[in-house]
Amino acid sequence: MSLVPTPDIPPVVEAPVTEPSGAPSPPRHESPRRRFLRRFTGPWTSRAALFVVALWLFVAVTATWLAPHDPVVQDLTARRLPPLSPDHLLGTDSLGRDTLSRLMYGARVAAQAAAISVLVGLAFGVPPALLAGLLRGPWDAVFSRIADALLSFPPLLLALAIVGVMGPNLTNAMLAIGIVFIPRFFRVVRAATLAVREETFIEASRSIGTPTSWVLRRHVLPNVVSPLAVQISLALGFAILAESSLSFLGLGVQAPEASWGSMLSEGRAAWFYTPWPIIVPATAVVACVLACNVLGDSMADSVGRERTRA
Amino acid sequence: MGTASAATARVLPLVGRRLLLLVPLMGIVTLATFSLVFLIPGDPAHRIAGEGASPEQIAAVRANLGLDRPAYEQFFSFVGGLLQGDLGTSYTFSTPVLDMILTRMPVTVSLTAVAMVFALLIGIPAGVLAGRRAGRWQDRVVTVSSTVGLATPNFVLGLLLALVIGVNLAWLPATGYTPLSEGVWPWLQHLLLPGIALGVVAAAEIARQLRASLSDVLRQDYVRTAVAKGMLPRTVVWKHALKNALMPVITVIGIQVGYLLGGTAVVETVFGIKGLGDFAVQSVLAGDLPAIQGMVVFAVAITVLASLVVDITYGYLNPRGEAH
Repeated sequence: MSLVPTPDIPPVVEAPVTEPSGAPSPPRHESPRRRFLRRFTGPWTSRAALFVVALWLFVAVTATWLAPHDPVVQDLTARRLPPLSPDHLLGTDSLGRDTLSRLMYGARVAAQAAAISVLVGLAFGVPPALLAGLLRGPWDAVFSRIADALLSFPPLLLALAIVGVMGPNLTNAMLAIGIVFIPRFFRVVRAATLAVREETFIEASRSIGTPTSWVLRRHVLPNVVSPLAVQISLALGFAILAESSLSFLGLGVQAPEASWGSMLSEGRAAWFYTPWPIIVPATAVVACVLACNVLGDSMADSVGRERTRA
Repeated sequence: MGTASAATARVLPLVGRRLLLLVPLMGIVTLATFSLVFLIPGDPAHRIAGEGASPEQIAAVRANLGLDRPAYEQFFSFVGGLLQGDLGTSYTFSTPVLDMILTRMPVTVSLTAVAMVFALLIGIPAGVLAGRRAGRWQDRVVTVSSTVGLATPNFVLGLLLALVIGVNLAWLPATGYTPLSEGVWPWLQHLLLPGIALGVVAAAEIARQLRASLSDVLRQDYVRTAVAKGMLPRTVVWKHALKNALMPVITVIGIQVGYLLGGTAVVETVFGIKGLGDFAVQSVLAGDLPAIQGMVVFAVAITVLASLVVDITYGYLNPRGEAH
């Protein structure tokens, strides 16, 4: 009869994946990893999302080799070409730059932004969360208050403010987005740590005098990975969204470099002649954010003990 | 009357406790906002004064912001100013930040209100439909559209709406703002497209949450009892179940207030609306520190206020006590 909103963290308490003894799973019991994979790869939506994310990352890594043209070179004799033009598969923008090449380099910028901002969030969010969750007490109180305060900043506005003081460029935009993630990762990991610390195997390990750092690495961390993975996936989506928003406003990537956000901003100039310089990056942004969100959702559905969808 | 005062008696201690928690929270927020000055690379006075500033101008900025004084003194004068409602003076607009905020506030409040009304008008019926028909095609349509809605950045949607409906079809104005004093329709006309662009994420979020909570509530015993004694399904859903199912939705609405405020930055830029979001973007582009700090403190205050209102509403609606 509980009407409290369902917590966004599924219960993750289960036998630690990396039990040192390596005991085989009991019969009739699927290993957690197996069960996760079975549930996760079941629906076609999560397979499609996985494909989109893989494609995005592949293009991001190989953009320099794959791109048919230099993304910043203008060709004023070939302006606003429609898609499927010879030599320009997705057409050109109002400065005659190849849309496909810019899209590919934009994928790289988005991937860089996503990777760096998530790493910043993890580096500064996870260690204090593990400590706070395991040790509780004053550290927990202090860290949690700070996280609460940071969470009350509207995320996009916080990123804007940080970029504003540090100066508008891509590196600062990535750092700013990363700072937005710190309290969010902190909260998820702390909650998961709190749930795990009550488990008998932690108590047993601590009672035989295992150092805290070892307990954290060996027993706690593997058990907070699943809720964290869900958050990371959603964070990747937000990072794409935030990077494109900041670049759209001229606060991320600087002209003439290509980003999906700056392409959308520049595409307005060509709108009366051809809508493609807008439609192409818009599709890319929506598809990638969608894929990351779907991945996050289906991960959340796939972890934990038997937990059927509502 | 009796129940109302009982509700007040229940809610008051909750409000008191929440207000007490706000003091350290706003303290940390203020400290974090103030600390933005330390993120400025190089000489802050130089950066704030702008590219071509003379040494005298830089010195004036330094003295004006108190950057030559020790950090703790700067912090206390920043807090002192905040407590007196002084948010400093914007360098780009040469106007007190608070005046800037107050002049532009009606614009952004209008935009946010239109966005929220749109979100509720779409989100609640969609959530009810999906919750009642959980697992059927109506549910799938709502779930798929809300997933797509959540993934569409509001500036992308805004851009497409402005270009297609505003420019190509010319059904609604693509840019600008008209105050409410010049008539409801001119006002609304300018806010419909940006409001939709801004509100679509909130609508999707509301629909998703309502779908989940309503389908939970509909499985409960009292609903089965009501149906069994012959009550119309419509009455059960709208009169009994919805009241309970809306509780978690209220939390979502409170959270969305902050997101809407952040979203105004891009949406106002797309639609050329001179509101708070545009003010934030302009000050960020110019590196106008007092304006940025003022905007941030103001936005956090609004967000915190929204979550306080949510908690109080929760307290009133939920007779079983504490929400959190």
